[in-house]
Amino acid sequence: MRHQFQTTPELLALCQENRWGVAEAALASEVELSGKPEAEIRARMEAYYLQMKDSVRRGLEITQRSRSGLSGGDSRRVLAHASGESVGPLGAAFERCIAYALAVLETNAAFGRIVATPTAGSSGVAPACLLSWQEQRQAENPRAAHGLFTASGIGKIIGHGACFSGAQGGCQAEVGSASAMAAAAICELEGGDPGQVVNAAALALQNTLGLICDPIGGYVEAPCMMRNGLFAVHAFGAAAVSLSGVQSIVPFDEVVATLREVGNRMPRIYKETSEGGLATTPTGLRFKSKPLQQK
Amino acid sequence: MGIFEIIGPAMIGPSSSHTAGACRLGWVAGRLLAEPPRRALFHLHGSFLATGRGHGTQEALLAGVLGVTPDDERIIEARDFAERSGLEYEFFPVDLGPQAHPNSVRIVLEGSTRQVETAGSSVGGGSIRIFEIDGLACEMSGVLEALVFWHQDEPGFLARLTAVLSSVQVNLAGIRTSREQRGARAITVVEVDGAIPTEISGVFSRMPSIRRSVIIPPLPAS
Repeated sequence: MRHQFQTTPELLALCQENRWGVAEAALASEVELSGKPEAEIRARMEAYYLQMKDSVRRGLEITQRSRSGLSGGDSRRVLAHASGESVGPLGAAFERCIAYALAVLETNAAFGRIVATPTAGSSGVAPACLLSWQEQRQAENPRAAHGLFTASGIGKIIGHGACFSGAQGGCQAEVGSASAMAAAAICELEGGDPGQVVNAAALALQNTLGLICDPIGGYVEAPCMMRNGLFAVHAFGAAAVSLSGVQSIVPFDEVVATLREVGNRMPRIYKETSEGGLATTPTGLRFKSKPLQQK
Repeated sequence: MGIFEIIGPAMIGPSSSHTAGACRLGWVAGRLLAEPPRRALFHLHGSFLATGRGHGTQEALLAGVLGVTPDDERIIEARDFAERSGLEYEFFPVDLGPQAHPNSVRIVLEGSTRQVETAGSSVGGGSIRIFEIDGLACEMSGVLEALVFWHQDEPGFLARLTAVLSSVQVNLAGIRTSREQRGARAITVVEVDGAIPTEISGVFSRMPSIRRSVIIPPLPAS
């Protein structure tokens, strides 16, 4: 197995040796691991990207509130604001990116089809970032889908050093990972070298450390949806900072180790049990579903 | 870790661990039973118990044991589907101990001729680990095709098993045997690269120490 990597030094060595970007390294590792042809793997990734775009489109059509009453119609509101005259100073693309991420989570809450990236609760970040990038750069689908390989390369390192489970590591493991993966993807699509790409992930991930998983009523809606929306634009911020040449003080692998440490030490009431955080605020408790009773 | 464990699966929401992972855990249990389930008991642990309701965990588990995959919209109406399929089911709270992953479930599945008990965890992003079959420890991620044997512990069993597999050029990725005690009932799980030729089942059924064997294909949409 010559093309496998689990840490940043291993990834960067592969990239340097073969003159690859992070995306090519992730692709090569999958070709080797699965024994499947490159074209088949690319096609599968492109299919996922198209499904992601569908999940954005479907969410933007939702006008009704969800079963829980916690979400529904919000992505349309943000999109309308982005397209209107009162659009904020950072412009329509900034706000559209938020709307796209909300849309995926609305599709998810409506029992629609989404692509877990890396999880369902964090599935809005990557589609929002890549679709926003595609629109702004007027790129073709395969080019934007290429960013998913970059994202998966970063995901491999996080998966090895920590985890993606909110129940195990809190929201930092889900939305934090998604944001790091998206930051890396945008950085590489914008021409960042592998060092900058990993650095973008480090910058994004360290700003999510400590983020708890406290779904109100046990539903993947609030605060999940807004976390996706706002951490999507966060990913663009991290990519821009990295491309400017600013280095994260703490390198990526050490940030991943910190993610693991914080996750392990996080009290279980903040790990997808809905026993703490926003879920147990007076407002949050109003949405609580009945737990299973012992007979 | 393969890249499609990170990107994907395409799935019906709302939660990769509590919906897609739960569905897959049920799906593997159904495959292990290998006949239509008549009765299913689900013992929910940790976060599966605490927040499963809002995530459709119960529906996903039910759909899974009936062979529904995580990207199938029938997950939503699993309770109706179970009724139509003549499947009785019940959910219980359980504490599998502090070592157990917070998203864990023990599934007792009964068909018309046999019963299978599995315990597994949904470890994030839709990935799962089966850690127990019929009370014996095992390890199965569902990413690779697997062969599960219910057999008698006896000298030379693994040698004969691997000889058969190597004769059809199947590459073993992992193998683990657990037994109650020496010479007692045992379970062996073999994970392989690629696909296992189906005709091999005939060979195994002629080996006297094997009570039953099942091929579990890789998880759908993994």
